[in-house]
Amino acid sequence: MTQLRADRPDRLGCVPVSPNPQPAVEVSGLVKRYGSKTAVDGLDLVQQPGTVLALLGPNGAGKTTTVEICEGFRTADDGSVRVLGLPAGSEALRPRIGVMPQGGGGYPGIRAEEMLNLVATCAKNPLDPKWLIEVLGLGGAVRTPYKRLSGGQQQRLSLACALIGRPELVFLDEPTAGMDPQARRLVWDLVAALKDDGVAVLLTTHLMDEAEALADDVVIIDEGRVVAQGSPAELTANRPDDQQLRFRARPGLDLTLLSAALPEGLKVREVTRGAYVVEGLIDPQVVSTVTSWCAQQGVLAEELTVAKRSLEDVFLELTGRELRS
Amino acid sequence: MTTFAPGTFKPAPGRGSLPRMLFVHARTEAMLTLRNGEQILLTVIIPLALLIALSLMSVIPMPEPRVGSATARIFALAIISSAFTGQAIALGFDRRYGVLKRLAASALPRWLLVAGRVCGALVVVALQIVLLAVTALLLGWRFPLAGLPWVVLLIVLGTLTFGALGVLLGGALRAEIVLALANIIWFVLLMVGGVALSVPVSFVHLLPSAALAQALETSVVHGTAPGVGPVAVLVAWGVVAGALATRTTKLT
Repeated sequence: MTQLRADRPDRLGCVPVSPNPQPAVEVSGLVKRYGSKTAVDGLDLVQQPGTVLALLGPNGAGKTTTVEICEGFRTADDGSVRVLGLPAGSEALRPRIGVMPQGGGGYPGIRAEEMLNLVATCAKNPLDPKWLIEVLGLGGAVRTPYKRLSGGQQQRLSLACALIGRPELVFLDEPTAGMDPQARRLVWDLVAALKDDGVAVLLTTHLMDEAEALADDVVIIDEGRVVAQGSPAELTANRPDDQQLRFRARPGLDLTLLSAALPEGLKVREVTRGAYVVEGLIDPQVVSTVTSWCAQQGVLAEELTVAKRSLEDVFLELTGRELRS
Repeated sequence: MTTFAPGTFKPAPGRGSLPRMLFVHARTEAMLTLRNGEQILLTVIIPLALLIALSLMSVIPMPEPRVGSATARIFALAIISSAFTGQAIALGFDRRYGVLKRLAASALPRWLLVAGRVCGALVVVALQIVLLAVTALLLGWRFPLAGLPWVVLLIVLGTLTFGALGVLLGGALRAEIVLALANIIWFVLLMVGGVALSVPVSFVHLLPSAALAQALETSVVHGTAPGVGPVAVLVAWGVVAGALATRTTKLT
């Protein structure tokens, strides 16, 4: 773990040195129930100041509930949640945090610039609303009533509202939902700029590439519990022998002989029809064993690749492959 | 790739000035109401048309002086239209579009969220009343100036009471249901709630609509203080509705 942190020197470099470094967010033993359903079930997480933390999980995993408790919209049934050193929901916290609720929010008849100006009035040192409108590509829609903005435009306006007050900590609940690829890139660039300026960002997503691209730390949650956490690098390569050799060939090959020929500790299986994977420590000898076995079988191994696990592999492994309602 | 100058987002948090927040929030609320065509129809056009009709046509029996009585009743209707029906519908759709959550997530204190809406509603009611009063004067209404303080107090009390009832309805149910109910209740109160017609049923005077119309009639026509009864009815409805609304109003 230490070694992996060392190859990310920015993690140490950008955290302001203070005599009493206080976590941006500190959740311990959080429990939230809705009737008989337990949405969050003893969740712990710590976010260091000035870092980006991604809460990753399938639909219904408890991401939004957790974030809304941190934001003060919901109360915890059990456990403690401290934000910037204060109990979640404190009135004193609200000027210090920026919130982008899921699905945005605005008066149905209000124009984008009027909405942003209204939220800017609530802040002591707001960013320039006109500038922010342009940055977020809403310049062509300033006079459009909120209800007639597209989903992606509403999301961008909501992001502007979250940032306008120059907060210390920003909560983004599925910030890129409904956005086109250009807008997604812009959000990623914004999150990077926020981090560079020392703003902590807690975001939820179910997009692996988003978590992988943005986050210093990823917390994977499922059914209200943390199932894994660490940097994207730690999560995808926490063991040196955790590699995969993948290839495609005729479906239904008998793998007994190959299994016997492979060194101990390696497993081979047919994941889906015609897609084979060998898992373990993949070295040149293993590749050679696989290809010569294929030659003996008279099959051509197509799309043969050696790779470490992707975050998506880790995610599916931890949260299962069945669809969530 | 979009790049930003270092320090662009350097944290500098803090709450804005409270009077300015209140002013901008109230102005936004009033402006959105005045920009909404359906709201204008409900709060201005219909009361104005009824004022003219009641004053000039003697189909509906009304005590003399006819214009004065009609003015008092239409003031009451205008308040019900905007503070109750208009507020309920606006709140129902504001919740649908997530604006309450959006504002609650900003540094706007919760009390200011309510105060801003109340001030916005009072501004709209003031504009309605000025417009209706000017029309009534043109129609021959003679206003006893001694009643002015009472009329102002009753307008504020009526706005608060019906505003609380509007929030109670608009803050709890789905937007479409709020839309339907708020309009039906408006129509029922207008016809049989003691606003346009005097209804000879004993419990009607316990309705806030009849109480407001009756109290306004005393002050608008005779220039004297309203009776204790109607004022007590208005206060009671307002307090109960306000207390219930603080428990039932949902942000989304």
